Amino acid sequence: MNPKPRTQFAIQSRLLHWLMAVMILAMLFIGVAMVSSLADYRWLVALHRPLGIAILILAIIRLVNRKLTKLPPFPPTMSPLERRIASSSEKLLYALMIALPLIGWGMLSAGHYPIVMFGAVHLPPILPAHPLLFAILRAAHTVLAYLLFATILAHVGAVLFHTLIVRDRILDRMALWPIRRPKTPAPDANPAE
Amino acid sequence: MKPFLTIDPTLTRPALLLRLALIGLVLGGAAALFAWRAGWFTPHTLTQDTVIDTFQKVNGVFPGFRRNHAKGVCFRGYFESNGNAAALSRAGVFSPGRIPVLGRFSLGGGLPYVTDAPATVRALAVQFQLQNGEEWRTAMINLPVFPVQNVQQFAEQLVAFAPDPATGKPDPAKIQAFVAAHPATARALPLIQQRPISSGFADSPYYGLNAFTFLDKGGKPTPVRWTMVPEQPFQPSPAVDPGATDKNYLFDGLIAAVRSAPQRWRLILTLGQPGDPTSDATITWPADRQTIDAGTLVVDQIESEAVSPARDMNFDPTILPDGIAVSDDPLLSARSAAYSVSFTRREGERKEPSAVTTAETGK
Repeated sequence: MNPKPRTQFAIQSRLLHWLMAVMILAMLFIGVAMVSSLADYRWLVALHRPLGIAILILAIIRLVNRKLTKLPPFPPTMSPLERRIASSSEKLLYALMIALPLIGWGMLSAGHYPIVMFGAVHLPPILPAHPLLFAILRAAHTVLAYLLFATILAHVGAVLFHTLIVRDRILDRMALWPIRRPKTPAPDANPAE
Repeated sequence: MKPFLTIDPTLTRPALLLRLALIGLVLGGAAALFAWRAGWFTPHTLTQDTVIDTFQKVNGVFPGFRRNHAKGVCFRGYFESNGNAAALSRAGVFSPGRIPVLGRFSLGGGLPYVTDAPATVRALAVQFQLQNGEEWRTAMINLPVFPVQNVQQFAEQLVAFAPDPATGKPDPAKIQAFVAAHPATARALPLIQQRPISSGFADSPYYGLNAFTFLDKGGKPTPVRWTMVPEQPFQPSPAVDPGATDKNYLFDGLIAAVRSAPQRWRLILTLGQPGDPTSDATITWPADRQTIDAGTLVVDQIESEAVSPARDMNFDPTILPDGIAVSDDPLLSARSAAYSVSFTRREGERKEPSAVTTAETGK
């Protein structure tokens, strides 16, 4: 449709990115605080469940949106290897955003817990109650949550490196406000994927 | 070939180092904040894991069993609501009618093969299965009050009352020191020690201990405590300890009773008045508080842990339907957290056979 290559992600993509960034970071901190806390455990768990399902819904919407929208090209400062790493880490982030809530939901199902959202609203189980299945999913939930946190740190680190040290204005692609560049550099031939 | 990373050539060396340091600070700070929330910098704080570790230190580890209330037997039955509590709570469990229940009777302590004794704490855990798919889980014991106010005191009490490895008995000096340091326990212990001890599980009352909040259709809250009061007439505990001849005498008596007739308890709600403490399980409310008979719990099938879904169920007292909410009692969140760790640990372990079996179940 648009003959000029994008300089930014689509507006709904950018909104989803920043909204989910806040939700997922909050979720990771709630998760790690709740499993050590005695006094705050109950309300943190009560918040963790519906927030996780909200992230699952948004992650699915985001995945569909990702397939339907055109992406801005990588900046020319990114080497082919770095582009491959960026694309793989993006896939990993999508996989974890969807897998973690699903594993949480499946884990509560296997543990014979009611999956309470709020008030009388609850979700059906998606797995049969089974002790060992619960134990495996419970462990996987923790390991993958740490992996998600580490992947997010790597993502933030890479963007900060580009912004502060390569200084290629990579953050403009995801800025919530429209960016007008005074002088357009030669657009890179390869789009993001 | 392009280098992996290109550095802006206009950056001076100090500027570059400053910017690198800034990135390190952001990433390191986020990681440190995460580790701090996870409790890595405060290893001596009591957490849900260390509470369960304390149980394991006192009792030893029995894989596959609950870390507390390890010895038990499961049941099925129903709850017949008479509708009397429907005006106080919008929870479906109080609409008139019958809903299925699942549950477990157990003895307090982390020893799954312990010999039954009259004074050991008896417990009744129930899962009410509401018609709309909601659940109410409650774990009650036969003590009229709880001996401690919070989980810190609970963990200290576990250690103070633990058997001395040298004598096999609790050290009276340690108990005395604990009671002297905790006036709430000193006040609660006589109530606990003077409770009438019945002959078995079937003629015991079971107290919810913590206060909860009932919410009516308009959201109006009422502080409530509940008790399961047996319809089976009270028989005093025998003068000669039957545990000497049958180490499962309490469970065997219960199994025989349920086989001969369904066993019944009335769910009695006690309504708190403004000013009644809701955050302290060591104190009872004044005796003149209004009570409501909300219905009858009927236990009509008894089954071994090995075949019951109740074995792999966490009777977390904060699993509540809409219309029942937690109070400000700090024990509730702590119970929920500690039960969750006990559940997670035992579900991943190989299951050993329980001491109590109902061999003829289902025949």
